[in-house]
Amino acid sequence: MTKQDKGTWGTIKFDGPLATRGYALNKMCYSFNDAEAREEFKKDEAAYCDKFGLTPEQKEAVIKRDILGLERLGGSIYYLAKFAGLLGLNVQDVGGIQTGRTTEEFKAYLESQGRGKDNG
Amino acid sequence: MAKIIGGITTSHIPAIGIAMDKGLEDTPYWKDFFAAYPPIREWLGEQKPDIAIVFYNDHGLEMFLDKKPTFALGCAPRYENADEGWGIATIPPVTGETDLSWHIANELIEHDFDPTICQDIKVDHGLTVPLSLMYPGRNYQHLKVIPVCINCERFPMPKPSRCYALGQAIGRAVESFAGDQKVVVLGTGGLSHQLDGERAGFINTDFDLESMDKLVNDPEALTKYSNDDLVEIAGAQAVELNMWLAMRGTMLGGVKEIHRNYVAPISNTGAGTQLLLNE
Repeated sequence: MTKQDKGTWGTIKFDGPLATRGYALNKMCYSFNDAEAREEFKKDEAAYCDKFGLTPEQKEAVIKRDILGLERLGGSIYYLAKFAGLLGLNVQDVGGIQTGRTTEEFKAYLESQGRGKDNG
Repeated sequence: MAKIIGGITTSHIPAIGIAMDKGLEDTPYWKDFFAAYPPIREWLGEQKPDIAIVFYNDHGLEMFLDKKPTFALGCAPRYENADEGWGIATIPPVTGETDLSWHIANELIEHDFDPTICQDIKVDHGLTVPLSLMYPGRNYQHLKVIPVCINCERFPMPKPSRCYALGQAIGRAVESFAGDQKVVVLGTGGLSHQLDGERAGFINTDFDLESMDKLVNDPEALTKYSNDDLVEIAGAQAVELNMWLAMRGTMLGGVKEIHRNYVAPISNTGAGTQLLLNE
Protein backbone atom coordinates (compact mmCIF):
# COMPACT_ATOMS: atom_id res chain seq x y z
CA MET A 1 0.00 0.00 0.00
CA THR A 2 1.10 3.51 -0.68
CA LYS A 3 1.97 5.65 2.30
CA GLN A 4 4.13 8.73 2.17
CA ASP A 5 5.25 11.10 4.92
CA LYS A 6 2.03 12.62 6.21
CA GLY A 7 0.51 11.36 2.98
CA THR A 8 -2.92 10.04 2.28
CA TRP A 9 -3.43 6.30 2.10
CA GLY A 10 -3.67 4.92 -1.42
CA THR A 11 -2.58 8.20 -2.93
CA ILE A 12 0.56 8.71 -4.99
CA LYS A 13 1.34 12.39 -4.73
CA PHE A 14 2.55 13.67 -8.08
CA ASP A 15 5.28 16.04 -6.94
CA GLY A 16 8.62 17.22 -8.26
CA PRO A 17 10.70 14.07 -7.61
CA LEU A 18 7.99 11.85 -9.10
CA ALA A 19 7.57 14.20 -12.07
CA THR A 20 11.33 13.96 -12.65
CA ARG A 21 11.20 10.19 -12.51
CA GLY A 22 8.22 9.98 -14.84
CA TYR A 23 9.10 12.66 -17.37
CA ALA A 24 9.80 10.39 -20.34
CA LEU A 25 6.80 8.19 -19.53
CA ASN A 26 4.51 11.20 -19.31
CA LYS A 27 5.96 12.66 -22.48
CA MET A 28 5.15 9.42 -24.29
CA CYS A 29 1.59 9.41 -22.97
CA TYR A 30 1.19 13.10 -23.84
CA SER A 31 2.05 12.17 -27.43
CA PHE A 32 -1.13 10.09 -27.53
CA ASN A 33 -3.11 13.28 -28.15
CA ASP A 34 -2.04 12.63 -31.73
CA ALA A 35 -3.92 9.90 -33.62
CA GLU A 36 -0.88 8.91 -35.68
CA ALA A 37 1.16 8.48 -32.51
CA ARG A 38 -1.51 6.20 -31.07
CA GLU A 39 -1.32 4.02 -34.18
CA GLU A 40 2.46 3.95 -34.08
CA PHE A 41 2.35 2.81 -30.45
CA LYS A 42 -0.14 0.05 -31.24
CA LYS A 43 2.06 -1.31 -34.03
CA ASP A 44 5.10 -1.80 -31.77
CA GLU A 45 4.64 -0.86 -28.13
CA ALA A 46 8.17 -1.68 -27.03
CA ALA A 47 9.75 0.29 -29.84
CA TYR A 48 7.55 3.26 -29.06
CA CYS A 49 8.59 3.13 -25.39
CA ASP A 50 12.24 3.01 -26.45
CA LYS A 51 11.75 6.03 -28.69
CA PHE A 52 10.86 8.07 -25.61
CA GLY A 53 13.58 6.55 -23.41
CA LEU A 54 11.42 4.79 -20.82
CA THR A 55 13.23 2.79 -18.16
CA PRO A 56 12.94 -1.02 -18.35
CA GLU A 57 10.56 -0.92 -15.35
CA GLN A 58 8.34 1.68 -16.96
CA LYS A 59 8.33 -0.22 -20.24
CA GLU A 60 7.34 -3.44 -18.50
CA ALA A 61 4.53 -1.67 -16.64
CA VAL A 62 3.27 -0.24 -19.93
CA ILE A 63 3.23 -3.67 -21.57
CA LYS A 64 1.46 -5.16 -18.51
CA ARG A 65 -1.08 -2.27 -18.26
CA ASP A 66 0.03 -1.92 -14.64
CA ILE A 67 -1.56 1.45 -13.92
CA LEU A 68 -0.55 1.56 -10.24
CA GLY A 69 2.97 0.57 -11.17
CA LEU A 70 3.12 3.34 -13.75
CA GLU A 71 1.96 5.87 -11.16
CA ARG A 72 4.69 4.76 -8.76
CA LEU A 73 7.21 5.09 -11.59
CA GLY A 74 6.21 8.71 -12.10
CA GLY A 75 3.18 8.54 -14.36
CA SER A 76 0.68 11.37 -13.96
CA ILE A 77 -2.94 10.28 -14.14
CA TYR A 78 -3.60 13.08 -16.67
CA TYR A 79 -1.37 11.42 -19.26
CA LEU A 80 -2.02 7.86 -18.11
CA ALA A 81 -5.67 8.61 -18.92
CA LYS A 82 -4.60 9.07 -22.53
CA PHE A 83 -2.79 5.72 -22.41
CA ALA A 84 -5.90 4.11 -20.91
CA GLY A 85 -8.08 5.75 -23.56
CA LEU A 86 -5.89 4.31 -26.28
CA LEU A 87 -6.54 0.88 -24.75
CA GLY A 88 -10.29 1.55 -24.78
CA LEU A 89 -10.50 1.93 -21.00
CA ASN A 90 -12.54 4.65 -19.28
CA VAL A 91 -12.01 6.09 -15.80
CA GLN A 92 -14.22 3.45 -14.19
CA ASP A 93 -12.20 0.68 -15.83
CA VAL A 94 -9.01 2.34 -14.61
CA GLY A 95 -10.50 2.74 -11.14
CA GLY A 96 -11.30 -0.95 -11.08
CA ILE A 97 -7.80 -1.94 -12.21
CA GLN A 98 -6.23 0.14 -9.45
CA THR A 99 -8.51 -1.02 -6.68
CA GLY A 100 -8.70 -4.71 -7.53
CA ARG A 101 -12.33 -4.50 -8.56
CA THR A 102 -14.18 -5.29 -11.73
CA THR A 103 -15.56 -2.24 -13.50
CA GLU A 104 -19.04 -3.14 -12.26
CA GLU A 105 -17.78 -3.48 -8.70
CA PHE A 106 -16.02 -0.14 -9.01
CA LYS A 107 -19.21 1.52 -10.24
CA ALA A 108 -21.10 -0.02 -7.33
CA TYR A 109 -18.47 1.43 -4.97
CA LEU A 110 -19.02 4.88 -6.50
CA GLU A 111 -22.79 4.52 -6.15
CA SER A 112 -22.42 3.40 -2.53
CA GLN A 113 -21.03 6.86 -1.72
CA GLY A 114 -23.61 8.68 -3.80
CA ARG A 115 -26.27 11.23 -3.09
CA GLY A 116 -28.86 13.26 -4.96
CA LYS A 117 -29.93 10.88 -7.69
CA ASP A 118 -33.48 9.72 -8.32
CA ASN A 119 -34.93 12.65 -6.46
CA GLY A 120 -37.26 13.47 -9.32
CA MET B 1 -16.90 50.11 -15.70
CA ALA B 2 -17.32 46.51 -16.71
CA LYS B 3 -19.45 44.53 -14.30
CA ILE B 4 -19.45 40.98 -13.03
CA ILE B 5 -23.11 39.97 -13.19
CA GLY B 6 -22.82 36.51 -11.65
CA GLY B 7 -20.78 33.43 -10.92
CA ILE B 8 -21.42 29.85 -11.95
CA THR B 9 -19.84 26.66 -10.66
CA THR B 10 -19.99 23.49 -12.70
CA SER B 11 -18.34 20.18 -13.25
CA HIS B 12 -16.25 19.85 -16.40
CA ILE B 13 -15.70 16.10 -16.66
CA PRO B 14 -15.35 14.61 -20.15
CA ALA B 15 -18.18 12.13 -19.54
CA ILE B 16 -20.62 15.08 -19.63
CA GLY B 17 -19.48 16.10 -23.09
CA ILE B 18 -19.70 12.52 -24.28
CA ALA B 19 -23.22 12.17 -22.78
CA MET B 20 -24.33 15.33 -24.60
CA ASP B 21 -22.89 14.07 -27.88
CA LYS B 22 -24.78 10.81 -27.46
CA GLY B 23 -28.03 12.51 -26.42
CA LEU B 24 -28.15 10.80 -23.03
CA GLU B 25 -29.36 13.83 -21.02
CA ASP B 26 -32.74 12.30 -20.17
CA THR B 27 -31.53 8.81 -19.28
CA PRO B 28 -31.84 7.66 -15.65
CA TYR B 29 -28.13 8.01 -15.00
CA TRP B 30 -27.91 11.56 -16.29
CA LYS B 31 -31.28 13.28 -15.86
CA ASP B 32 -30.73 14.60 -12.34
CA PHE B 33 -27.38 16.03 -13.36
CA PHE B 34 -28.63 17.80 -16.48
CA ALA B 35 -31.66 19.12 -14.56
CA ALA B 36 -29.24 21.63 -13.05
CA TYR B 37 -28.73 23.54 -16.25
CA PRO B 38 -32.02 24.87 -17.72
CA PRO B 39 -32.38 27.57 -15.00
CA ILE B 40 -28.80 28.69 -15.60
CA ARG B 41 -29.27 28.77 -19.37
CA GLU B 42 -32.43 30.80 -18.87
CA TRP B 43 -30.54 33.28 -16.71
CA LEU B 44 -27.75 33.54 -19.28
CA GLY B 45 -30.35 34.06 -22.00
CA GLU B 46 -31.92 36.93 -20.05
CA GLN B 47 -28.70 38.57 -18.91
CA LYS B 48 -26.76 38.12 -22.15
CA PRO B 49 -23.22 38.47 -20.77
CA ASP B 50 -20.64 39.80 -23.24
CA ILE B 51 -17.65 38.09 -21.67
CA ALA B 52 -17.03 34.93 -19.64
CA ILE B 53 -13.96 34.52 -17.48
CA VAL B 54 -13.48 30.75 -17.15
CA PHE B 55 -11.26 29.26 -14.46
CA TYR B 56 -10.22 25.78 -15.55
CA ASN B 57 -7.28 23.41 -15.44
CA ASP B 58 -5.58 21.95 -18.48
CA HIS B 59 -5.40 18.13 -18.35
CA GLY B 60 -2.56 17.67 -20.81
CA LEU B 61 -3.81 19.10 -24.07
CA GLU B 62 -1.82 22.34 -24.17
CA MET B 63 0.16 22.43 -20.97
CA PHE B 64 2.57 19.57 -20.59
CA LEU B 65 5.09 19.22 -17.77
CA ASP B 66 7.85 20.78 -19.88
CA LYS B 67 6.47 24.30 -19.30
CA LYS B 68 3.49 24.18 -17.05
CA PRO B 69 2.21 27.50 -15.74
CA THR B 70 1.03 27.80 -12.17
CA PHE B 71 -1.44 30.44 -13.35
CA ALA B 72 -2.06 31.23 -17.02
CA LEU B 73 -4.19 33.98 -18.54
CA GLY B 74 -5.45 33.86 -22.10
CA CYS B 75 -5.27 37.09 -24.13
CA ALA B 76 -6.06 35.62 -27.55
CA PRO B 77 -8.80 36.41 -30.09
CA ARG B 78 -9.71 32.73 -30.33
CA TYR B 79 -8.96 29.34 -28.84
CA GLU B 80 -8.96 26.01 -30.57
CA ASN B 81 -9.95 22.71 -29.02
CA ALA B 82 -8.23 19.51 -30.23
CA ASP B 83 -8.02 15.73 -29.87
CA GLU B 84 -7.32 14.84 -26.24
CA GLY B 85 -6.54 11.24 -27.03
CA TRP B 86 -9.46 9.35 -25.54
CA GLY B 87 -12.50 10.11 -27.57
CA ILE B 88 -14.26 13.32 -26.60
CA ALA B 89 -15.38 15.12 -29.75
CA THR B 90 -13.43 18.24 -30.71
CA ILE B 91 -15.64 21.31 -30.67
CA PRO B 92 -15.55 24.47 -32.83
CA PRO B 93 -13.24 27.33 -31.82
CA VAL B 94 -14.03 29.43 -28.78
CA THR B 95 -14.14 33.20 -29.30
CA GLY B 96 -11.55 35.08 -27.23
CA GLU B 97 -11.20 38.63 -26.00
CA THR B 98 -8.21 40.95 -26.17
CA ASP B 99 -9.15 44.21 -24.41
CA LEU B 100 -10.33 43.26 -20.93
CA SER B 101 -7.89 40.35 -20.89
CA TRP B 102 -4.87 42.61 -21.42
CA HIS B 103 -6.25 44.99 -18.83
CA ILE B 104 -6.47 42.06 -16.41
CA ALA B 105 -2.88 41.10 -17.29
CA ASN B 106 -1.68 44.63 -16.54
CA GLU B 107 -3.63 44.87 -13.31
CA LEU B 108 -2.57 41.45 -12.05
CA ILE B 109 1.11 42.20 -12.52
CA GLU B 110 0.66 45.64 -11.00
CA HIS B 111 -0.83 43.91 -7.95
CA ASP B 112 1.87 41.26 -7.63
CA PHE B 113 0.33 38.33 -9.46
CA ASP B 114 2.52 37.16 -12.33
CA PRO B 115 0.60 34.79 -14.57
CA THR B 116 1.90 33.28 -17.78
CA ILE B 117 0.25 35.32 -20.53
CA CYS B 118 -0.91 33.24 -23.47
CA GLN B 119 -1.65 34.49 -26.98
CA ASP B 120 -2.06 31.06 -28.56
CA ILE B 121 -3.26 28.11 -26.52
CA LYS B 122 -5.55 25.19 -27.14
CA VAL B 123 -8.29 24.76 -24.53
CA ASP B 124 -9.37 21.33 -23.30
CA HIS B 125 -12.49 19.79 -21.78
CA GLY B 126 -11.94 21.76 -18.58
CA LEU B 127 -13.18 24.81 -20.48
CA THR B 128 -15.14 23.37 -23.39
CA VAL B 129 -17.49 21.09 -21.41
CA PRO B 130 -18.77 23.98 -19.27
CA LEU B 131 -19.31 26.14 -22.36
CA SER B 132 -21.17 23.29 -24.05
CA LEU B 133 -23.33 22.91 -20.93
CA MET B 134 -24.18 26.61 -20.80
CA TYR B 135 -24.89 26.90 -24.53
CA PRO B 136 -26.19 23.59 -25.90
CA GLY B 137 -25.81 22.98 -29.60
CA ARG B 138 -22.42 24.68 -29.37
CA ASN B 139 -24.03 28.12 -29.58
CA TYR B 140 -21.28 29.79 -27.60
CA GLN B 141 -19.35 31.69 -30.23
CA HIS B 142 -21.07 35.03 -29.54
CA LEU B 143 -19.57 34.96 -26.05
CA LYS B 144 -16.02 36.26 -25.61
CA VAL B 145 -14.08 33.96 -23.32
CA ILE B 146 -11.09 34.77 -21.14
CA PRO B 147 -9.49 31.49 -20.00
CA VAL B 148 -7.66 31.43 -16.70
CA CYS B 149 -5.81 28.16 -16.19
CA ILE B 150 -4.69 26.90 -12.77
CA ASN B 151 -2.24 24.03 -12.23
CA CYS B 152 -4.14 21.25 -10.45
CA GLU B 153 -1.90 18.41 -11.56
CA ARG B 154 1.66 18.59 -10.33
CA PHE B 155 2.73 19.65 -6.86
CA PRO B 156 3.66 22.31 -5.96
CA MET B 157 0.36 23.87 -7.02
CA PRO B 158 -1.09 27.20 -5.96
CA LYS B 159 -2.72 27.25 -2.55
CA PRO B 160 -6.48 27.68 -2.15
CA SER B 161 -5.87 31.04 -0.46
CA ARG B 162 -3.77 32.16 -3.40
CA CYS B 163 -6.39 31.08 -5.93
CA TYR B 164 -9.02 33.02 -4.01
CA ALA B 165 -6.76 36.08 -3.95
CA LEU B 166 -6.15 35.72 -7.69
CA GLY B 167 -9.89 35.81 -8.19
CA GLN B 168 -10.18 38.92 -6.03
CA ALA B 169 -7.46 40.64 -8.07
CA ILE B 170 -9.26 39.74 -11.30
CA GLY B 171 -12.56 40.98 -9.84
CA ARG B 172 -10.99 44.33 -9.02
CA ALA B 173 -9.42 44.49 -12.49
CA VAL B 174 -12.83 43.99 -14.10
CA GLU B 175 -14.27 46.75 -11.91
CA SER B 176 -11.56 49.15 -13.04
CA PHE B 177 -12.05 48.47 -16.75
CA ALA B 178 -13.51 51.38 -18.68
CA GLY B 179 -16.36 49.72 -20.52
CA ASP B 180 -19.92 48.60 -20.01
CA GLN B 181 -19.40 44.90 -20.64
CA LYS B 182 -21.32 42.34 -18.64
CA VAL B 183 -19.04 39.59 -17.37
CA VAL B 184 -19.99 36.17 -16.04
CA VAL B 185 -17.38 34.08 -14.21
CA LEU B 186 -17.21 30.29 -14.24
CA GLY B 187 -15.46 28.14 -11.67
CA THR B 188 -15.16 24.66 -13.15
CA GLY B 189 -14.26 21.14 -12.06
CA GLY B 190 -14.61 19.31 -8.78
CA LEU B 191 -15.90 18.40 -6.50
CA SER B 192 -14.62 15.44 -4.49
CA HIS B 193 -12.96 12.78 -6.61
CA GLN B 194 -9.84 10.69 -6.92
CA LEU B 195 -8.73 9.07 -10.16
CA ASP B 196 -5.40 7.58 -9.10
CA GLY B 197 -4.01 5.15 -6.55
CA GLU B 198 -5.61 2.38 -4.51
CA ARG B 199 -7.95 5.04 -3.15
CA ALA B 200 -9.39 5.72 -6.63
CA GLY B 201 -13.14 6.26 -6.55
CA PHE B 202 -13.19 8.09 -3.22
CA ILE B 203 -16.00 10.65 -2.96
CA ASN B 204 -16.99 12.79 0.05
CA THR B 205 -20.50 14.13 -0.41
CA ASP B 206 -20.59 15.77 3.03
CA PHE B 207 -17.52 17.78 2.15
CA ASP B 208 -18.98 18.74 -1.22
CA LEU B 209 -22.23 20.06 0.21
CA GLU B 210 -20.47 21.87 3.03
CA SER B 211 -18.07 23.45 0.51
CA MET B 212 -21.00 24.68 -1.58
CA ASP B 213 -22.50 26.29 1.54
CA LYS B 214 -19.20 27.89 2.48
CA LEU B 215 -18.57 29.11 -1.04
CA VAL B 216 -21.68 31.24 -0.64
CA ASN B 217 -21.42 32.43 2.96
CA ASP B 218 -17.88 31.92 4.16
CA PRO B 219 -15.39 31.41 1.31
CA GLU B 220 -12.51 32.47 3.53
CA ALA B 221 -13.06 29.29 5.55
CA LEU B 222 -12.26 27.25 2.43
CA THR B 223 -9.03 29.19 1.92
CA LYS B 224 -7.77 27.74 5.22
CA TYR B 225 -7.34 24.35 3.60
CA SER B 226 -4.01 23.34 2.12
CA ASN B 227 -3.99 21.34 -1.10
CA ASP B 228 -2.82 18.34 0.96
CA ASP B 229 -5.89 18.82 3.16
CA LEU B 230 -8.15 18.78 0.11
CA VAL B 231 -6.50 15.58 -1.12
CA GLU B 232 -6.99 13.92 2.27
CA ILE B 233 -10.56 15.08 2.82
CA ALA B 234 -11.98 14.91 -0.68
CA GLY B 235 -9.61 13.05 -3.00
CA ALA B 236 -6.55 13.75 -5.13
CA GLN B 237 -8.42 15.73 -7.79
CA ALA B 238 -10.56 17.67 -5.30
CA VAL B 239 -7.92 20.39 -5.59
CA GLU B 240 -10.11 21.55 -8.47
CA LEU B 241 -12.04 23.37 -5.74
CA ASN B 242 -9.37 26.01 -6.36
CA MET B 243 -11.16 27.08 -9.54
CA TRP B 244 -14.39 27.54 -7.60
CA LEU B 245 -12.55 29.63 -5.03
CA ALA B 246 -11.01 31.80 -7.75
CA MET B 247 -14.48 32.40 -9.21
CA ARG B 248 -15.84 33.30 -5.78
CA GLY B 249 -12.93 35.68 -5.27
CA THR B 250 -13.91 37.71 -8.34
CA MET B 251 -17.31 38.45 -6.80
CA LEU B 252 -15.62 40.48 -4.03
CA GLY B 253 -18.58 41.14 -1.70
CA GLY B 254 -21.44 39.05 -0.38
CA VAL B 255 -23.37 36.78 -2.71
CA LYS B 256 -26.69 35.01 -2.76
CA GLU B 257 -27.26 31.57 -4.20
CA ILE B 258 -30.01 31.58 -6.82
CA HIS B 259 -29.74 27.96 -7.86
CA ARG B 260 -28.02 24.79 -6.76
CA ASN B 261 -27.79 21.18 -7.79
CA TYR B 262 -25.66 18.33 -6.49
CA VAL B 263 -25.46 14.77 -7.77
CA ALA B 264 -22.99 12.01 -6.93
CA PRO B 265 -21.59 9.97 -8.44
CA ILE B 266 -21.35 11.43 -11.92
CA SER B 267 -18.57 9.41 -13.45
CA ASN B 268 -16.07 9.30 -10.55
CA THR B 269 -17.04 12.65 -9.02
CA GLY B 270 -19.43 14.59 -6.89
CA ALA B 271 -20.96 17.04 -9.38
CA GLY B 272 -22.04 20.39 -7.99
CA THR B 273 -23.64 23.32 -9.79
CA GLN B 274 -24.38 26.79 -8.42
CA LEU B 275 -25.51 30.15 -9.72
CA LEU B 276 -24.39 33.03 -7.50
CA LEU B 277 -25.33 36.71 -7.76
CA ASN B 278 -23.88 39.66 -5.89
CA GLU B 279 -26.03 40.83 -3.03
